[in-house]
Order: sequence, then C-alpha cells, then structure tokens
Amino acid sequence: MADKKSFLKNIGSFFEEVGDLSRFAGRFFKEAVSPPFEFRELLKQCYYMGNKSFFLVAVTGFILGVVFTLQTRPTLEEFGAVAWMPSMISISIVREIGPVIIALICAGRIGSSIGAELGSMKVTEQIDAMEVSGTNPFKFLVVTRIAATTLMIPLLVILGDFIALIGSAIIENMKGDVSFQLYFNQVFDALKFSDLMPATVKTFFFGFAIGLVGCYKGYNSKKGTAGVGKASNSAVVYTSMLLFIIDFIAVFVSDLFYS
Amino acid sequence: MNSKPKPAFASDEIVLSIDTLFKAFGDNKVLNGFSLHLKKGENLVLMGRSGSGKSVLIKCLVGLIKPDSGTIEISGNNIADLEQKEMDELRTTIGFLFQGSALYDSMTVRENLEFPLRRHTKKLSQNEIEELVFDTLESVGLKHTVDLMPAELSGGMQRRIALARALILKPKIIIYDEPTTGLDPITSKEIIELMNNIQEQYQTSSLIITHDVDCARVVSNRIILLLDGVNYAEGTFEELSSSKDEKIKAFFK
Repeated sequence: MADKKSFLKNIGSFFEEVGDLSRFAGRFFKEAVSPPFEFRELLKQCYYMGNKSFFLVAVTGFILGVVFTLQTRPTLEEFGAVAWMPSMISISIVREIGPVIIALICAGRIGSSIGAELGSMKVTEQIDAMEVSGTNPFKFLVVTRIAATTLMIPLLVILGDFIALIGSAIIENMKGDVSFQLYFNQVFDALKFSDLMPATVKTFFFGFAIGLVGCYKGYNSKKGTAGVGKASNSAVVYTSMLLFIIDFIAVFVSDLFYS
Repeated sequence: MNSKPKPAFASDEIVLSIDTLFKAFGDNKVLNGFSLHLKKGENLVLMGRSGSGKSVLIKCLVGLIKPDSGTIEISGNNIADLEQKEMDELRTTIGFLFQGSALYDSMTVRENLEFPLRRHTKKLSQNEIEELVFDTLESVGLKHTVDLMPAELSGGMQRRIALARALILKPKIIIYDEPTTGLDPITSKEIIELMNNIQEQYQTSSLIITHDVDCARVVSNRIILLLDGVNYAEGTFEELSSSKDEKIKAFFK
C-alpha cells in the first residue's frame, strides 16, 4: 500500500514537473519575442558555449569516427563490402550517432554548467539583485542561454560530424589505402538532402532542450548549496532523457516524410 | 563605538509608505497589518527577531514578493498599480544592499558597477561610465579593486562594493538588509560610518533592517520594532532603549 502511494506520488510529481517545465518554455517564447533584446549577452553566451565546447566536441568526434571505423571494418571485410565503408559511416554519423553523441556531451558540458551557474546565482540572491536593479533576469539570463544553446548545438554537431569523418578517413587511409579525396567523394555521393535535413533540424531541438532544462533546473534551484549540485546533476539527467525522446520523435517524423 | 547618535529627523515629506501590509505563507502569518512611513533624508531602522518577517517585508517593498493585502507607495507610486516597465524604472531609484552582498560573481568589480549604468543610462559615453565607476568606488574607499573579481575580496570589501553598486544610479532611497551581519566589529564600524557618510554625501533616505544595536544607535533617526508582524514600538534610539517594556528591552541588552 505504501509502495503504491509512493509510486502515485512520484507519478504526480513527474507530471507536475512536466507542467512547470512547459510553463517555463512558454515564458521563454513570450519573453524572447518582446523587447528589449539582449543581443550582447546572447553573443557572449554563444562565444562561451562554442569556445569552451570546441575542443571537447572535436576530440569526441575524432575518437567516434576512428572507433566506429575500426569496429565496423572487420565485419564489412568478411562480406567483401569494405568499399561501402565511407557511405555507411557517413550516413550513420550524420544521421544519428553524431548528433546524439555530441548533444549528450554538450548536455554534460553546457547543461550542467548552466544549471550550476543559475543555481548558484539563485541561492546567493544574484538573480534577486538583478531584478531589483530593474533588469529582467529571465530575459537576461534564461532567454539568452536557451537561444545560445539552440544556435550553437547545431554548429557543434556539424563540427563534430566533420571531425568524426576525418577520423574515419584517416583509418581508411591507413588500413585500406583509400585516399582522402576518394573517401570524401564517396561520403558526399552517399549523403542526400533527406539525410542532412532531418539530422540538422533535430539538433536545434536538442540545443533548445539542453538550454531549457539547464535554465529551468538552475533558475528554480532551492535549498542552498546542496540545491546547486542537485540542479546541475538533474539538468544532465533530465536533458539526456529528453534528448532520446526528441530523437525518437524526430526519427519517427522524418521516416513518415521521407519513406 | 564613538560616533554620536543622529538627531531626530524633521522633514515631513514621505518617500516610502507601507500601509497595513498582510502576508502569510500557508497558516504562517508573517506580516499582520504592518505600516511604515519613511521621510525624505531619514535613516529609519527596522529591528526585529530572526524570522519576524523583515526580509519578507523588504522583498514586498521591491516587488519580489506580492503581499496578500495592504498598499506600498514609493515616491507617490502605488507599486501594485505599476506595469512591469514602470516598476523597473522605479526600481532604479532604489538602491538595495543585500545581506550576502549578491555581487555578480562572473563579473569583475568594474563590470558589477557598470551593469546598472549600461542598462539604465544609455546616453553615457565610455569615459563618463568610467568616471562614475571610479567616483563611486572612491566613495567606498575601494578604487584599487576595480579589476578584481568578487571572490578575491574579503566579506567587508564585498559589502562595500555592493553598496557602491547600489549607489551608482544615485538612488533616492537605499534599503539595507542586515548591513553588518557576518562582519567583524571593526569592519562593521567601517560599514556603519560609510552608511552615514553616504547619507550626507548623496542625501538619500534609508531603510535599514538590522538587529545590530550599535548600528541602530549610530545611524538611526527613528527605530521601528517589528514583532508578530506588526509595529510593536516606534521611537528614537534613546526612547526605545530606555523603555520599561520587557519585549523592547530584550532588543537593547
């Protein structure tokens, strides 16, 4: 009986949280389209996010391309289909693995950082200080960060995909004597608009989810410094789950359009 | 402390008025019909026990919390009738010193002070902004910290920088939330002297929330005791500190 009550309570608080998050998203859209616009802060956030994640995304992308190629090669060799390697790798990375892995890395890097920053600003009354000084903290802190992640995650994913393909090309060059030119010719022959478009569009939603959950958790952080840690941690957990849900919906919708 | 208590205040112009304010959180009635009138140029001290609703009161004052009923008028404007934009404009006429300083820790001291200036005085040139920042820092005696981060400053220095930030838009009213809490006696004395100097220099009206008796004695023109959500007593430091009422005496022991 107690278990059932606790289960129902958890379900209830889950839907409550979803409701609060939806209201938070609604407020974002309302504030984002009304002046004044915080372009300066938006550019600053874009620069920080891009600059601080560049190296991480580049390394992750490179390793992803290298490992994926090394793992796939023996199986394709067995079936005499090693010539399909560039097209297979490029479609897998660009359509699915690249966006999801890079978005997960960014959820850990950017989402947790937003959660911790806003959470600490909340508990040390910096957000209140901003409000009493006549500045709308939601517009200045939340709108700019969500807009910045929505704009920057697609760029970081494109960067990560490209570096993953370079990593794959290096392995193909070493193991299969495939020149870089031939490799990338095959990559661009294989990739179609129907591969690139849905993959790029979903990264905007990934970026939006990372910014939204990070800001929501940080902005509503409670219970002192422990709350800051919790905000940062739950920002990553909830975002990761949300990324897979968005990915599922995106794949389902693009399948309906392009099949 | 050697400073002399301030004389009773004579101006009759009300710059901030709170009338029968009620605020409850569930069954917990925090403010129970509290009223207060701050006169122009006056230093009004609000004393009360921890948890007596002082912080809730000042959050109601600056619009961070909505009261259940009652009116708050600042410079003749009822804040309940103001649009967000009008409220933001009104807020620029009020300086607020937070208990924990609340400096933006991702910004340098210079950026902390420039922040309100850049947002509310768009016509100022870079040179004018720079001049204002240095002048205000000089008035709190911390010109040399301009390029430091808040984390590099001591608690007392952070409090003074927060005061400089509150002053930079030359507010008509300053609200101090426990200005000396958490500071050593010497630094507390420096902050109290600074508060008096600022009042003389900027001709501000101040609402000071504190339970530091020394602070109340030196800066106050008038004191209000907040007990059980209402104004329990009101008077000068001398009047209240010589009261026979046990509840009042407990504050001045």
